[in-house]
Amino acid sequence: MWAGVLIASAACYALKLAGLSLPQSWLSAPRIQRVVPLIPVALLAALVGTQTFSTGQHLVLDVRAAALVVSIGAVLLRAPFLVVVAAAAATAALLRLV
Amino acid sequence: MFTGASQFALVGVVGGGGSVWAGAVAAALLGSRNALYGLRLSSLLEARGVRRLLAAQFVIDETTAMAIAREDPSLSKFAFWATGGALFVLWNLGTLAGALATHAIANPKVFGLDAAPPAAFLALLAPRLRAREPMAIAIAAALVAVVVLPFVPAGVPLLIVALLVAVYGLTR
Repeated sequence: MWAGVLIASAACYALKLAGLSLPQSWLSAPRIQRVVPLIPVALLAALVGTQTFSTGQHLVLDVRAAALVVSIGAVLLRAPFLVVVAAAAATAALLRLV
Repeated sequence: MFTGASQFALVGVVGGGGSVWAGAVAAALLGSRNALYGLRLSSLLEARGVRRLLAAQFVIDETTAMAIAREDPSLSKFAFWATGGALFVLWNLGTLAGALATHAIANPKVFGLDAAPPAAFLALLAPRLRAREPMAIAIAAALVAVVVLPFVPAGVPLLIVALLVAVYGLTR
């Protein structure tokens, strides 16, 4: 477990240092400039999907889906990060009470 | 590791029962954008030697946004170091508080805490969706990840999505 955490940490740091240190031309290739910003978009969206609709390896539809709808609303209203997260958690908690 | 999306992703994969290595790859892929930020910042910061080693740890979404928003290079440098220092301290104190608080919370589900990570990922994602193409990619990525999820080990849906978006980006 900790080996994975340490190696991921080293990789994340190395990417930052590489950006500051490598010659400008290496990273400014049009293809890299195009692909790299798309990767977080795809991964974050995939995380939203999988963390909402699954438990382990099973697809489930529960109160987290309702919480996601509320957080989409909060995001559309340009609510700050903590408000979005708190609104989702409160929705799930309240729906579990009823 | 000081880059929020990567930290959340690693914890998310491991918490979902996935291998730490799948989580590590997802974290590193999410961290790749920091290399482009570093590229933007290197001419602004002009950091050499030990200062560069320290500056690198502070290269994240927030410090980049604060630094490139300033016209005056000396203000840019100040914005970078001030944002980086403040965030680094508060972020890690917050992480520590969270780690200590887990012992106090018997069942996180009662507080809806299992709904918090998707909302956090959504809030990180939203500012990147200001155009039609990233919006389409996000919807497709979420669908693909959910559809493949029952058939592959936990964490692997993220790697499949990363591969697909890289192929898409490179081929058109």
